[in-house]
Order: sequence, then structure tokens, then C-alpha cells
Amino acid sequence: MSALAGLFRKEVYHILRDRRTLIVIVALPILQVIIFGYAIRTDVDHVRLAIVDPAPDPVTLAIRARFGAAGVFEDVALVPRIEMLEELFRRGTAQGAVVFEAGFAERLARGIPTGLLIIADATEPNTGSIVAAYATAVVQGYQQDALPPRGAVRIVPSVRMRFNPTRESSNLFVPGLMAFVLTIISSLMTAISLTREKETGTLEALLVSPLRPWQIILGKVAPYLAVGFASVVGVILEARLVFHVPLRGSLGLLLLEGLLFILVSLSLGILISARTSSQRVAMMGALVGTMLPTMLLSGFIFPLESMPWPLQALSVVVPARWFVLVARSIMLKGVGVAYLWRPTLVLLAMALVLLTASTRAFHERLDQ
Amino acid sequence: MRRILFLARAEVLHVVRDRATLAQVLVVPVLQLLVLSNAATFLVTNTPTYVVDFDRSSLSRGLVTRFRASGHFRVDEQSESPELANEALLRGDATMVLTIPHDFETKIMRTGTAAIQLAVNAEKGSAAGIVQAYASSIASDYALELAASRGASAGGSEAPPTRGAPRIDLRVRSWYNPALNYKYYMVPGILVALVTLIGTLLTAQNIAREKELGTLEQLNVTPMTRGQFIAAKLLPFWGLGMLNLVIGLLVAALVFGVPMRGSLLLLFGSAAVYLVAALAIGLWISSVVDTQQQAMFVTFFVMNVYLLMSGLFTPIDSMAPWVRTVSQLNPVRHFVTISRAILMKGAGFADIAQPLLILTIFGAVTLALAIRQYSKRVS
Repeated sequence: MSALAGLFRKEVYHILRDRRTLIVIVALPILQVIIFGYAIRTDVDHVRLAIVDPAPDPVTLAIRARFGAAGVFEDVALVPRIEMLEELFRRGTAQGAVVFEAGFAERLARGIPTGLLIIADATEPNTGSIVAAYATAVVQGYQQDALPPRGAVRIVPSVRMRFNPTRESSNLFVPGLMAFVLTIISSLMTAISLTREKETGTLEALLVSPLRPWQIILGKVAPYLAVGFASVVGVILEARLVFHVPLRGSLGLLLLEGLLFILVSLSLGILISARTSSQRVAMMGALVGTMLPTMLLSGFIFPLESMPWPLQALSVVVPARWFVLVARSIMLKGVGVAYLWRPTLVLLAMALVLLTASTRAFHERLDQ
Repeated sequence: MRRILFLARAEVLHVVRDRATLAQVLVVPVLQLLVLSNAATFLVTNTPTYVVDFDRSSLSRGLVTRFRASGHFRVDEQSESPELANEALLRGDATMVLTIPHDFETKIMRTGTAAIQLAVNAEKGSAAGIVQAYASSIASDYALELAASRGASAGGSEAPPTRGAPRIDLRVRSWYNPALNYKYYMVPGILVALVTLIGTLLTAQNIAREKELGTLEQLNVTPMTRGQFIAAKLLPFWGLGMLNLVIGLLVAALVFGVPMRGSLLLLFGSAAVYLVAALAIGLWISSVVDTQQQAMFVTFFVMNVYLLMSGLFTPIDSMAPWVRTVSQLNPVRHFVTISRAILMKGAGFADIAQPLLILTIFGAVTLALAIRQYSKRVS
């Protein structure tokens, strides 16, 4: 046991002596959550609108005024012909356009169907649909107020946005960001620490010591677990204080789950380094292997339900997917263990499997 | 020139000899492109829906059927208990609860107006707005359908509500991507991300590795100038990046059918400029730091910022104003914009001149920085 304590001490010294790396490890997640909290949003609250009005008249002016009053549209161009829109769209000057037919008011007064075309830049389909929906709502609003229909049936949906009534992007993305940032930092930490020992040859010394493989791994994981936990606390504080993300559930539970999740990520890093030979391969593995998949398959930006089923199935093995679920549920829904036992068990199982697999990998190394 | 080529050849051999690195550089990106492009979608299909139908009339059943048939909703469970519905929402089994009050049919028959309630799990925020929009449009389509059938059953005594009345003929068009296919938008973006990630990582750890191994000292005593040194380090990875881009674009065209409306020559010309900028950042990082570990951490940070602030996944227009301004300094943002404009919108040189100019300046500045930083090591 004293050998294990010695290994602990050595690791703690390693971490503490390399101040620059320590600062990076603790500060990086906090810094990233700040930046990305402001950057990763999907609200469409500012639409650059071009207007094609070949012959302005009272009705087109009234509709244009409604677009102005809607609050989300900014007029960037007023052109007389539809052909002139192409260039505005190609350069990204305009995102949407409203095209009025000539003689708009007159045709309308005579009861002839009067053409009004809404064009949205659907390069990014989500924004495109939202822009089209906003513009449609403005025109329909005008139609309902100024030209009421006769004998219609209306079904009025009253909508409640549960758990995040304002649909604040930061409430959604900040808990997800926690998971994302923590995975990569943690798996990178242990991956690098172990491969460095391999490259400098000190791992051989550890392997011939009386320490058993599981003890080596424990000695590597435990100190970093403390560092990772400090990041978790920092990130949660920041979510509360900077982004005002609600914390409706238990803080204790969130911290425990965070600790469990850090353990999984650290073990992942150990496994990567146990299986690779050089720092370069280990880091490329840790980064290329975890960064994009975690970004995309954790459900942190893109909803998992929308993915084809093979990808949904694949996402099951991404640890961050489970922690994103847990963090959002605790913070936004305020649910407890009764609802979260499944993801918690999955994370526990992942930790066990990864730790066992890396211990195995060390045994194999001893055999060589 | 010969010196540059010699050193460049050494770098190529380093990459080619190491099978693991070669696989990471050439195979992994293609795999990721193939798999991840399917993941990046905000489109909402098959939203799990819980129906609480208090009315149980033919009209309420008709409404539920419309929801089912739309393809956007999947009705998993149905009961008359709001508690069970709430439970499903909390567990995450349902994303939306549709509640139809008991007087739904009566009200429509008598007054023509009835209410329904939609509770959407807005925790999945980006999706929630779209779910709501789909649900509302299904409800209003159903209302129109009912109005039409009511008009018909009234024996035509009342004119159909549309004819004769002043009417705006509203049409909506989605330019550049009428099928709203997310892959067309994401594949070029993810390709740029992968090329950048790999190029920057390889260059960032390159000089740091030579420092650790001590071979940098040997290079320092050769008659090579610092400009030549940086050029030799840049060249092979630049070639690799272009190769990655060609392979990736082939995959994009053949597997995903991404439209290529603009000039490929223009695209590769911009890529050539862009890669210099991206790789010079890697080299600069590499000459600032002492160890490969530090190089990786810094690169990791820079890449994260680059990718998540580039408008690759979430639109630049949605970002906080200060982030939007800062992101002007992000070369990935400009190249993502350029490649999407060329491929999807068929943009020409004049359309992309501004971002291209920024990239050129950016490349020149970072290259100068990298050369200067390296010379400090020599002195």
C-alpha cells in the first residue's frame, strides 16, 4: 500500500510542478464554457431582409411596415426587380426576401389573387425554415387583420414550453458544453501522462516495481480525478452565475454524477495511451477520436432523435451522451435518481469496462 | 530550394512510414465524414408524442390521425391522465404532450373555434421551436380541411371562404436547398473541420517533437534560413491537406450528392490560401511551446474555438454580437463561408472576394509570425 501512496505522491508532484499545464487543465474548461456559451446559439432573432417592391402602394407599404414592426427583421435592400436578389443572397447580404407583385393594392381590391413570394436562404435548412415561418406569420397576420376570412374554422394551439419556457439557448447548451469540455480535457490528461512515461522509458521502471497493474492505473487516475473535479465545480458555478442556468435538482447528485463522468473520461484516456506507442499517436487518437464524435454524437448540439438509428445506436457508447442527459435533467427538469438510474448505471459500467480493459492492456505489456 | 525539398521529403517519410499516423491522417477523416455527416441535423422527424384526448370524438381522433400521418410525430402512448403524460415528459420518453379538451368537437361545431394544448419539452431547445411550428401548421391545416367540409355540407349556400374575397396568394421558396437537406450544408463544413484539425495538429506537434528529441539543434546549425525551414515544414502538410480535401470532395459528391454549383478551381484556389493560414498557426504554436504535450493542449483549445465559433454547426447570425465580431479573426469561419457559397450557391470570385482577402492577410500574418517566432529559438 505504501508503494501506491508513493505513486500518488509522484503523480501529484508531476501535476503541481508543471504549473503551466495545471493552469491550462483547470482554466481551460471554464474559459471554453464562457466563450461557447455566448457562441453556440440557434436563436434566429435578426433576419436580414431584402424587399422587392416594383410599384410601392399603400398595401405594400403597410405590409412592409409590419415587417419593420415585427422586431426580428432588418431591411438591408430595396430593389425593383427579383433578378437583383441573386447577388444579395450569394454574398450573404440578405437571408430572406419578400417579393410583391406589381399593382398589388389594385389587384387585391379587385379580388384577383395577388402574388406575394417569400424567399428564404435555405443553405442552412433550420434557419431557412425559421426565416420563412417568421415572414409567413407576418403576412398572415396582415391578412387576418385587414382581410378577414368568412366562415372559417380555427384551432388555436396554446403552447407551453416546459423546463425552459424562454427557450434560452444557454440553458440548453451550457449543460451540454460541460460534458463536452470535460470529456476531452480529462481523456487528454491521462492519455498524455501515461504515454510520456512510455516515451521517456520510466514506465518500464513502474512495471518492474512491486506495483500491480491496477495499482498503477489507480495511481494515475486518482490525482487527476481531483483536478477534474475542480473543473466540474468551476463549470457549474459559472453556469449558475454567468449564464443563470437554473439548478432545479440536487447539487450533490450533480457533483457525484460529474465525478463519475470524469472517472469514465480519465479511464478512456488511459485505455487510449495503453494501446498506443507514441505521444503523437495517443494525442491524435484522443483528439481526432473524441473531439468530433463527442461534439456530434453526444446530443449536445444536434438532437439525437433526429439522427438515423445506426447513429443513435452508436451514440450509446459515447460517454458524454449520458452525462449531457444527466446534467440537463438535473439542472432543467429537477429530477432525481428515480429518473436517472439508467444513465448512471451506464456510466458506472463504462468506468468498470474501461478500467478493466486498461489493466488488461498493461498485463499484455508485461508479457512481452 | 533543394534544401527545402530535402527537409520536406524527410517530413513526408516520417508520416508515410508510421502506419498509425498515416491511417489517422487518411482513413479516419473519410470514415468520420461518412458517419458524422449523418449526425449533424436539426431536422425534426418522429417526435415522440403523448396524446391526452379528453374528447374522444371523431374530430379529436381526426386531429390525432393528422399528427400521425404528418411524419413529424410518432404517437407512442395515449391515455386520459395528465399525470402519466407529465411523467413521460419528465422521463424523456415523450417530447411533446398533445392535450385535447373535452369540448373540442362541440366548440368547433358551435363557434368554429377550439383550443388544444401543446406542452413541448423545450429542454431540447433548438428542436422545440420546430416541433411547435410543425404542430401548429398541422392544426391549422386540419382547421382548413374542416372549414372546407363544413362549407360543402352546408350545401354550397355559403361560398367557399376563399373565392371572391380579397386574398394574398402567399408562396414560400427555399433557395439553394429546396429539399432542406442538411447533408448538403454539413458535408462541406465537416470536411473543412477535418482537414483543419489534422493539418494543424500535425504541424503543431512537429517542431515541438524536434525540440524534445534534440534534432532541432541539428537543423539550427545547418545553413538553412528560417524562411526555408518554415517553408519545408509547411509544404508536405499543405500537400496532405489538399489531398485530404480532394478525397473528401469526392466522397461528398459521390456518396452524399452534394451539389457543386460553382467553380472547383476557385474552391481549390481558396483552399490553397486557407491551408497556408491554418498550417502556419500550427507551426507558430509549435515554435512557441516546449513540449508536445503543451502543443496538443494549445492546439486543442484553438481548434475548439475555431470549430465551434466558425458557424459550422450553429449559425454565426445567432451568436452574441461580440462573438460575431471576434469570429472575424477565425480563418475557419471564412473558409467555411467560402466553400458553402461556392458549392451551394455557385458564388463567383466577386462574391467571395472579401472573405478571401481576409484569409490572404491572415495567412501572410501568421506565416510571418511563425518565421519570426522560430528565429528567436535560433538566437
